[in-house]
Amino acid sequence: MDKLNNLKELLNIHNLNNNEYKKITEILKREPNLLELGIYSVMWSEHCSYKSSKKWLKQLPTKSKIVICGPGENAGIIDIGDNDSIVFKIESHNHPSYLEPFQGAATGVGGILRDIFTMGARPIAILDSLRFGEIKQKKQKYLLSGVVSGISNYGNCMGIPTVGGECYFNEDYNKNILVNAMAVGVAKRNKLFFSKAAGIGNPVIYVGAKTGKDGIHGATMASAEFDDNSKQKKPTVQVGDPFTEKLVMEACIELMQTNMIVAIQDMGAAGLTCSSFEMAAKGNCGIELNINKIPLREKDMSPYEIMLSESQERMLIILKKGCEKKAKKIFDKWDLDMSVIGKITNSKKMIIKKDNSVIADIPIALTEKKTPEYKRPWVKPKKVKNIKKFSFPKKKQIKEVIFELLKSPNLTSKKWIWEQYDHMVMCDTIKPPGYGAAVIRVHGTKKSLAITTDCNSNYCKYDPFIGTIHAVSEARRNIISTGANPLAITNNLNFGNPEDKNIMGEFVMSVKGMINSCKKYSLPVISGNVSFYNETNKIGISPTPVIGMVGLIKNTNSINKKNLLKENDQIYLIGKKTNNISCSSFLERIISKNKKNLGPPPPINYNEEIKNGNFILNLFKNNLIKCCNDVSSGGTIISLLKMLINKEFGADVEESFVNNSTNDEKFYKILFGEDAGNYIVITNNEEKVKILAKKNKVSLFKIGITKRNYLNINNQIIKLNELKNNFENNFFDYINN
Amino acid sequence: MKIAIVVFPGSNCDRDISWAIKNISGKKPDYLWHKEKNFTNYDLIILPGGFSYGDYLRCGAIGSHSPIMNEIKKRSQKGTKIIGICNGFQILTESKMLPGSLLKNENLKFICKKIFLKVKNNNTFFSKKYKLNEIINIPIAHMEGRYYCSKETLKELESNGQIIFQYCNDNGSIKNNYNPNGSIMNIAGIINLKGNVLGMMPHPERCSEEILGGENGIKFFRSIFESIN
Repeated sequence: MDKLNNLKELLNIHNLNNNEYKKITEILKREPNLLELGIYSVMWSEHCSYKSSKKWLKQLPTKSKIVICGPGENAGIIDIGDNDSIVFKIESHNHPSYLEPFQGAATGVGGILRDIFTMGARPIAILDSLRFGEIKQKKQKYLLSGVVSGISNYGNCMGIPTVGGECYFNEDYNKNILVNAMAVGVAKRNKLFFSKAAGIGNPVIYVGAKTGKDGIHGATMASAEFDDNSKQKKPTVQVGDPFTEKLVMEACIELMQTNMIVAIQDMGAAGLTCSSFEMAAKGNCGIELNINKIPLREKDMSPYEIMLSESQERMLIILKKGCEKKAKKIFDKWDLDMSVIGKITNSKKMIIKKDNSVIADIPIALTEKKTPEYKRPWVKPKKVKNIKKFSFPKKKQIKEVIFELLKSPNLTSKKWIWEQYDHMVMCDTIKPPGYGAAVIRVHGTKKSLAITTDCNSNYCKYDPFIGTIHAVSEARRNIISTGANPLAITNNLNFGNPEDKNIMGEFVMSVKGMINSCKKYSLPVISGNVSFYNETNKIGISPTPVIGMVGLIKNTNSINKKNLLKENDQIYLIGKKTNNISCSSFLERIISKNKKNLGPPPPINYNEEIKNGNFILNLFKNNLIKCCNDVSSGGTIISLLKMLINKEFGADVEESFVNNSTNDEKFYKILFGEDAGNYIVITNNEEKVKILAKKNKVSLFKIGITKRNYLNINNQIIKLNELKNNFENNFFDYINN
Repeated sequence: MKIAIVVFPGSNCDRDISWAIKNISGKKPDYLWHKEKNFTNYDLIILPGGFSYGDYLRCGAIGSHSPIMNEIKKRSQKGTKIIGICNGFQILTESKMLPGSLLKNENLKFICKKIFLKVKNNNTFFSKKYKLNEIINIPIAHMEGRYYCSKETLKELESNGQIIFQYCNDNGSIKNNYNPNGSIMNIAGIINLKGNVLGMMPHPERCSEEILGGENGIKFFRSIFESIN
């Protein structure tokens, strides 16, 4: 084997440190060759090894009666009864999307979809949680357009509806945007597939697109921060082909109907290297690959490039011996390459051969055992100070305040985005994008799923611990607002450089927040992804722990579609009148010109959250809700308007709701405060709602009644048309100007 | 009543149409793989939406050269009814079974939303259950749905009553403002001169169930069932 020259430079290129290199030589009992060094560099990259985060992630609650499979596989699995199970996960594609927004985002979607169908599930929904910098910058518009087209292109072509997500703009993301894609699939419980290799002598087959030179070192790139020369990293971004992925998916699902598969894994980050290594490691066996058998797009590829390529739309399958011909028939039908590239061995080693000679020889178990795991130093983030006293607008300025808030790119309608996504294909979309959680029917059953992603970046910036609890709590409220029972979560933890003890501190507190809230709500974490190094020239993003949550509606028919809103339906706030303006959109948009400190996020009261949530589900059960939304960013009025404008309604807000507050401050705090745990419901049977509330010791306040053509607050009348035009067109104006 | 849905590689509305037809008629249609050349007689063959062959050339261009299309052309000449929805419509124009072509939307973006259509001719196999000038709310989902044809063709389409659906607003006004993709004369669906081949961009299969937000597509399928029974 060749000797390595200029070790220092090589280690630098491979993002490995001296200690890690020393470990490699201990494992191999010799120096690695270039191919082996490349293999270790991707496997031990932060992206693939979770070396900085593992210590903390281990503490997450991952088990419950309904969890079939927690973190560690391609995606997590939940039992939803009747032999149905759902598979879901969220994953980031931040770094590539900044370098090449269209392909970066497209392959992000492609990757997460493969994770889902690899488990034997047909994907039924995609959601995307996006963060960009200031929308007024040309660069950000370019990134936004590219990312949205990339998602649209991939998801639409796959024929899987993109049904929700969120999109948030803030200068903290000017140099590092976030693209997190979540996918949900459905599988029969007795037809699930895993990646654990088994059966000495069983063939290892390669299926799908050919291997090319794209995406080499993608995982390593995603494990380092950006600087001024990051543009040069563009070739590390993969190129997506959704058509091939559609064929690969259909062919794999067809193959899964037979009994030929032992194990299956997609080639994601670090391509062939990680997938083959992981499969063998899980099965505690060895694997032998013949590099000459890998289908190649380009002729002159070195083994190093072949093993590290992140070309998309490729799968690795361990078949039962003797099934090769039958399997090939299926892939031939779909015009896909299938090649037997190796076999499972009892050597407990990963052996790679070229022209019959060994070019890499890596002991699997020892490498697994010695994978670096760091206890990075961290410090608790400082508590931010409470905001100083400030003067509120006058009550009669309410109209301007509402319009100013609706102008915020974070609160206004994102129709421009989701109308580019096919959100209806598969004929199961019951609640399309717009606000809150999406509702998707489980095809051919009575069941439906509510799905959402959530993270209030401001809350997390000012307090990562409470902010993360908010993300979990708000996602839970989104789910409950559709009438669904929350089941489990997936998470995408986006942070800066973990080698900085302050950023590590943000990460640790965020994970602690997730542990704390998931335990309180009995919500298992079944999958997730960590994205560190979202940082440019030493400036990191705000901590952004995105929570994806899925809930179950057992009987879809209980969602009464014909129960349309009518004039004079009654609107109630479930919970307490708000009083907390700290860290709110109101404060950010209306008051604080200097955004250095928006103050701490509102506190969380778990008892209230749980009590109010249960009450909402109880109202649904009793068919007393026509429409429901939780109170989140923008407070009661913006949350109310989001649900009403969608349904072409306005409202008359009762004086009693705001008027026992004679001063301006109280008035605005009630309308725009963001205290946690609140819901808004619209009913046509307020008497029953009140009786049930009393019985359940839930506090509620009448906001007012629905009106056809206007919104009336404090005798200030705003026409519905005006509200609707503002809400729906603001975003188009940002893009076009 | 024998119905088949063609499955091209990249089709993705095949299952949706099957589901809608099964719900409305109680009978599940057959699937026909794009490589098939010999198959039994069908009363109706549907080319579904999707991205046949990835639509990497012009949309529907490669699909129109698929092995099955020769046979479908022959059958249509013998009177078999053919429907192309979305990508299916693109395949029908590319294979010259319908005049004109479908260009990229005016805003150059994929558009997925519910729009309004006016039924301009209800004297066809495919629209007889609708009232003349009935306004229906129905989803579209495409990147290349801007119908275009020569002036001469347009005249012929008009005078022969070949324009079946036009984009309009909720009051039925057919103006440019209510045209989602820039189609010539707001055209959303046309038939051939013989009256047995229909192409349309909107998706009736996506609005054939109340729970999905509307049932306007049911009459479309009922029209066809009545015609072929």
